[in-house]
Amino acid sequence: MRALHLALRLLWMRSRGLFMASYAYMTEYRAELLLWALSMSLSFILMGVWFEASSRADVGITPENVVRYFFSVFLVRQLTVVWVVWDVEEQVRLGKLSSQLLLPIDPVWRHLMGHIAERFARLPFVVVLVALFFALYPAAFFVPSPSSVGLFVLLSLGAFLLRFIIQYTVAMGCFWLERASAIETLHVLLYMFASGAIAPLEAFPVEVREVLMLTPFPYMIWLPARALMGDVDVDVLWRGALVMSAWGGFFLVVNRVLWRRGLRRYSAMGA
Amino acid sequence: MTTTHPIPSRARQIARTIGLFWSTSLAAEAEYRGNFVVAALSSAGNLFGAAFSMWLFYRAGAGFPGWSGAEVLVVLGLFSLWTGVITTVLTPNLSRIVTHVTEGTLEFVLLRPLDSQLQVSLRAMSPWGLPDLVFGAGLITVGVVASGHASPAALLGIVPMLSALVLLYALWFMLATTAIWFTKIYNATEVLRGLMDAGRFPIQAYPLAFRFVFTWVVPVAFLTTVPAEVMLGRSNWTWLIGSAGVAVVALLLSRLIWLRALRSYTGASG
Repeated sequence: MRALHLALRLLWMRSRGLFMASYAYMTEYRAELLLWALSMSLSFILMGVWFEASSRADVGITPENVVRYFFSVFLVRQLTVVWVVWDVEEQVRLGKLSSQLLLPIDPVWRHLMGHIAERFARLPFVVVLVALFFALYPAAFFVPSPSSVGLFVLLSLGAFLLRFIIQYTVAMGCFWLERASAIETLHVLLYMFASGAIAPLEAFPVEVREVLMLTPFPYMIWLPARALMGDVDVDVLWRGALVMSAWGGFFLVVNRVLWRRGLRRYSAMGA
Repeated sequence: MTTTHPIPSRARQIARTIGLFWSTSLAAEAEYRGNFVVAALSSAGNLFGAAFSMWLFYRAGAGFPGWSGAEVLVVLGLFSLWTGVITTVLTPNLSRIVTHVTEGTLEFVLLRPLDSQLQVSLRAMSPWGLPDLVFGAGLITVGVVASGHASPAALLGIVPMLSALVLLYALWFMLATTAIWFTKIYNATEVLRGLMDAGRFPIQAYPLAFRFVFTWVVPVAFLTTVPAEVMLGRSNWTWLIGSAGVAVVALLLSRLIWLRALRSYTGASG
């Protein structure tokens, strides 16, 4: 019992330490965070295009829902940004991983905490952008129910963890390839088109949508976005949980296997 | 030889320097040849995805007002072309500019007897944008031919395309210059890319307020819609001259901002 207590305390202290350090680092470069938030303007661009299209013809979603959908997509994407592959690539290529390996803690925690801390440092910008959006376009304003918000946060957290574990698995390619981030660009491509970031999945042909629902991508954007709109069926939710945990488990296993094998190959700088 | 034609020899010198710059970057990138396959795959995938998302609009019968399915391919082709330019020249140089500022090596650039803006803008190139350039050019050709506008008049599109190239560079360079004040802005290209994304669609696809913003605030319309309309023979001289005017103004502005930024550059600690 006491051992468990100590272990938990250690875990808490470690994560708090890593979080505070990462948060301080992130706030040092606030301008960069603002640029990152701005670079996600794609959701608003697509909102405009789909809004016009849905008012001209029946595209499977009403103009009002188009606005809510892409607004929610913007929020999900802000909450689920992942860049771990570039960090790992740099560490492996320049041999910086060596000093990390000397520490009595798996480097993945440092990456994970860095990502979570960035989320909090980004939050003020997101709030400002959201306020600006509703100020410019008050007709779009909507108040989601508390349960929708809860579900949204939960699903976004799941989406973030899933994206993180997939990208961290791609990053393990660094031990064999010089540039694992090149593979990541292919992964991002699939993610953008299959997740509902480019178009609401309702506008896709039914057959295509059915296939996509088996991939992890729709649950990374489409499902959390629908949840915030308060428009998601219980069976879709269950299916989402199932597909997400299946993919998550799969990548977790692959990741650990590749990590062990990769470390054996790793020979510091010039690996 | 240098005394008789000072200007041409200066131009030749600059061309030679840039040639050297680029051949060294090419040599460095050739180390990662396997990347080319990935780059080609991702451009092809990107193009397929973009075409698919366009198709989604036409499938439901919404389309874009005034644009047939074939005509909209020209817009998509131009978008792909500019994406290629960003990958080939703009992105690799941006990360160098940021490194120059964070590590204080901009001093060495300023000391060299060659214009500093030219040096930081064209120092590096990356061959990985090549597939996008090729696909883009191909798609433009297919779109123009398939929509039945293949005539010598379509070549007039070169003028707004050159203006668009200058405009793209100027917009990017203004963003890159902010590195001197904000230091760590590796992702400024992402902002440009994000805004450029608006160029995937013809300007008529947007609500009125968006159209205003994408024409006059962030002039994305001049990157894809205006050149496409000229090529499809449904523009007029106002837009042709207007696009050149916008490009020149943006270029001068980028120059002005760069000179202003250099005055506040304070070395590595800045």
